[in-house]
Amino acid sequence: MKCRFLLAAALAASVALPASAIDLEVTHWWTSGGEAAAVAEFAKAFNAGGDNWVDGAIAGSGGVARPIIISRIIGGEPMGATQLNHGRQAEELIEAGLMADLTELAEKEGWKDIVNPISLLDACTVDGKIYCVPVNIHSWQWIWLSHAAYAKAGVDVPTNWDEFTASAPALRKADIVPLAMGQQSWQTSGAFGVLTVALAGPDIWLKVVKDKDVDTVMGPEYTAVFEAFGDARKLSDGANVQDWNQATNLVITGQAGAQIMGDWAQGEFQVAGQKAGVDYTCLPGLGVNKIISTGGDAFYFPVNEDPEITAAQLRMASQLISKEVQVAFNLKKGSLPIRGDVDLSTANDCMKQGLEILAAGNVLPDGNQHLSQDTSTQLEDLMVEFWNDKSITAAEVQKNYAAIIADAD
Amino acid sequence: MTATDVNTGSVEPSGTKPKKIFSSRNIMLYGVLTVAAFYYLVPLYVMVMTSVKGMPEIRIGNIFSPPLEVTFQPWVKAWSEACTGLNCDGLQRGFWNSVWITVPSTLISILIASVNGYALANWKFKGANVFFTILIFGAFIPYQVMIYPIVIILREMGLYTKLAGLVMVHTIFGMPILTLLFRNYFISLPEELFKAARIDGAGFWGIFLKVMVPMSLPIFVVAMILQITGIWNDFLFGVIYTKPANYPMTVQLNNIVNSVQGIKEYNVNMAATMLTAIVPLVVYFVSGKLFVRGIAAGAVKG
Amino acid sequence: MEKTSRPSQLFRNMSAKIASIPMVLTALVIFVGCTVWSFIYSFTGSKLLPKKLFQWEEFAAIPIPTWIDKDGELNFSIVTGIVSKSWVGLKQYDRLWSNTRWITSLENLALYAGFALVFSLVVGFILAAFMDQKIRFENTFRTIFLYPYAMSAIVTGLVWQWILNPTFGIEKIVKGWGFTDFEFAPLQNPDLVMFGILFAGIWQGTGFIMALMLAGLRGIDEDIWKASRIDGIPMWKTYIRVVIPMMRPVFVTTLVLITAGILKVYDLVVAQTGGGPGLASQVPAMYVYTYLFGAQNLGQGLAASTMMLLSVLVILIPWTIIEFGGKEQR
Repeated sequence: MKCRFLLAAALAASVALPASAIDLEVTHWWTSGGEAAAVAEFAKAFNAGGDNWVDGAIAGSGGVARPIIISRIIGGEPMGATQLNHGRQAEELIEAGLMADLTELAEKEGWKDIVNPISLLDACTVDGKIYCVPVNIHSWQWIWLSHAAYAKAGVDVPTNWDEFTASAPALRKADIVPLAMGQQSWQTSGAFGVLTVALAGPDIWLKVVKDKDVDTVMGPEYTAVFEAFGDARKLSDGANVQDWNQATNLVITGQAGAQIMGDWAQGEFQVAGQKAGVDYTCLPGLGVNKIISTGGDAFYFPVNEDPEITAAQLRMASQLISKEVQVAFNLKKGSLPIRGDVDLSTANDCMKQGLEILAAGNVLPDGNQHLSQDTSTQLEDLMVEFWNDKSITAAEVQKNYAAIIADAD
Repeated sequence: MTATDVNTGSVEPSGTKPKKIFSSRNIMLYGVLTVAAFYYLVPLYVMVMTSVKGMPEIRIGNIFSPPLEVTFQPWVKAWSEACTGLNCDGLQRGFWNSVWITVPSTLISILIASVNGYALANWKFKGANVFFTILIFGAFIPYQVMIYPIVIILREMGLYTKLAGLVMVHTIFGMPILTLLFRNYFISLPEELFKAARIDGAGFWGIFLKVMVPMSLPIFVVAMILQITGIWNDFLFGVIYTKPANYPMTVQLNNIVNSVQGIKEYNVNMAATMLTAIVPLVVYFVSGKLFVRGIAAGAVKG
Repeated sequence: MEKTSRPSQLFRNMSAKIASIPMVLTALVIFVGCTVWSFIYSFTGSKLLPKKLFQWEEFAAIPIPTWIDKDGELNFSIVTGIVSKSWVGLKQYDRLWSNTRWITSLENLALYAGFALVFSLVVGFILAAFMDQKIRFENTFRTIFLYPYAMSAIVTGLVWQWILNPTFGIEKIVKGWGFTDFEFAPLQNPDLVMFGILFAGIWQGTGFIMALMLAGLRGIDEDIWKASRIDGIPMWKTYIRVVIPMMRPVFVTTLVLITAGILKVYDLVVAQTGGGPGLASQVPAMYVYTYLFGAQNLGQGLAASTMMLLSVLVILIPWTIIEFGGKEQR
């Protein structure tokens, strides 16, 4: 029985796939529940094309996974494809000629016309050549609020940051942690960015991140942000979690009032079966400045000598950007699709808000596009220290922040 | 102290003989030892208990209470179902990877180191001591200094991310302590044996295989214990020099425990932790005194 | 040794030389070669990839007298400036020492090392002394004290993470006894996190120290005990006045071993806290790893690793001099 089945399978395989079924190892750091469900959509589409998606998930966060991914590529033993945040993370790998050039495919399929906003494709472009496929738009600029927590505290769900800070004492009284914050450095640093964009405005933020203007860091707008961030520190006392999705889980279960986190948190609410507007509220730009940043994930394809693998890489690249896969993936991931011509009528309340803001063009580039990994790491270290060590004053951090920006390349 | 008295195990307690069983001295003695033993045993106890409880029981009960209802589901899940990303085949892949890393690494490193030790003890050539000294110093160099250039070396050899590359790394970093171990042991053997074999006309390999190896089985066992536990427990090299498909069990364990989908399943995590600890623990309990001798001989210079 | 003292020819002892090739290669290529490589590149501005060491940049053209031709005329060669733009001098070290994360890492390590050394030496010695009293069940006790040493640091870290978990672990139990204000969450508290890691580190390592100490105690001559008993000296005095001084080499060796081991602390922290909360439990090894692979600043990572090496040498060199000073190493 088993024998025959194997034989049949072998026959079928040899007929259906004339030496084209390729195992392609794909590394990524999507390991939370919502993320894993989303990446499964990629795998499904790729396998349906007759190839084989070999999953190389690396747990932790980008900070844990990126070193492993990068050392694989520079170690001359590259994977078939890998997730990275586009922007400057892969800069040197591209310059060293380690990443496959996708320009030909991009021109054939007219990526320039379908990718929206086009800045996403620009982030993949080095010297006029395209090296990555943007797969989604992720925006950091959100705060997620738990209805259950506010019901318990007996206050209305806030509609902006100021109302939120005002509601904190009531939450505390109800034994609820006002602000859930994971203790990994990228989370605090990201939250700081969100607060800056909301309180100081996008132009001021860009001046620092893009133009590396030290005077702006020391200016009054930033001073206010540093102080607000310093004040927010005590709101997360008692959260005691490391991972972002554990922090999100606190919001989902009503143990925490809110979390500042990118829209990938959406996937967690979805997996938990919660509905936007009913069980939780999301506020873009902290309800102050309705704007979204257009960071996101992209797939890179390390250069390969085997023409069959290269062909499979191109097949995957083409699929990742296709309409169906974009819809299926982004609905699960909670992110926005990178093309404006897809139907997302099934999207929930929060995603629709995001899509409207995107359509209105209220977008910001992502910090990753302007800061090198070296600089980001230093800023992350600084902010996480600030967040966790309450003896550090806002003024001290401001000075150190300015020093890092002054040194940035 | 010399390596010899550790190696040959000719050890006798040296304290004064106890007189009465219930003297205050004895009460203090056994009291302290028992309290200490308690501290050492608690984590193992907690680990085992947690791993056979269901999640609801973990949430209400406390970590020290024995399970009301014993379930082996967490063990099954940890072994064959726990997920990292889309890979939901549990720890078993890591287990077999670790086997395929540990077995050849142990054998090759012992083979090379025993021959090295033998050459250093009985066939010293000019300059041999220089290399030996470098080797011993090498044992103290923080790995962080060497990990990056080794990436380059492995890449040039085409071994990066392959199991063979990791085997090589383990062989290299096991060499200082094993060479020292074997050299000290071979030096401690009576030289007459070696001379007699020389007179009989035996050569380098002949003496090694026919005289030295048969006489030093205990030290080979000690070396094996040292290597099996050391290599099985390695994390740093595993994470740097392999890829997810080849991850050893420790790395996969850390991945599974730290990739949370929804709620953390502490019972599965503890079962996974136990599973990873089992191999070295079995080696330890089976080898008993030899393990002590191994680490003591490896650590204390001759 | 006798065999080697004869005049050596290249082909004498050939088998031994061939057999030693792996050792020679390891010593030269890995321990010397890789260390030198890392040291050199720590002076470069290498980011994600090692920069070419000699990327000449023309900075000047200096005429240098080179040779005198047969007419007796002096010829000049124009040497274009040989400065390589890959080199940044001590810049990486400057940055390292002004980086709070690195400083925190060092402070953490110093704290950890200090406590771990004292605790494991004292506890290890006391346990060994107790074990050396011709007690019953010696094997059982030894088995219990030493089994954690067989477990990996990852396993150790995860178990202790679980026990110290405030929601389920010790804190919950004590609260359950009625002390509702009791707080014990060392791994979540930046001020206490290193002690949380110490709990685990000491649990794993003391058994090993105990075994070393016990081996040392067993090496002490029985006559010493007899003599002190005859003289009526109390046992604790004998330990302090006679035995401990006699065991100096064992202590020194143990000290060096623990210290060298502590400098490498990495796995334990990765498993227990991942370096958090915030940066509170960062250690140097983690800093090196982050910069080598994650932060894409190779030069910075290598500078940090060179500092680690330096601190090992600071311990190792005096030890070598004390232990082997004067006499030839066996």
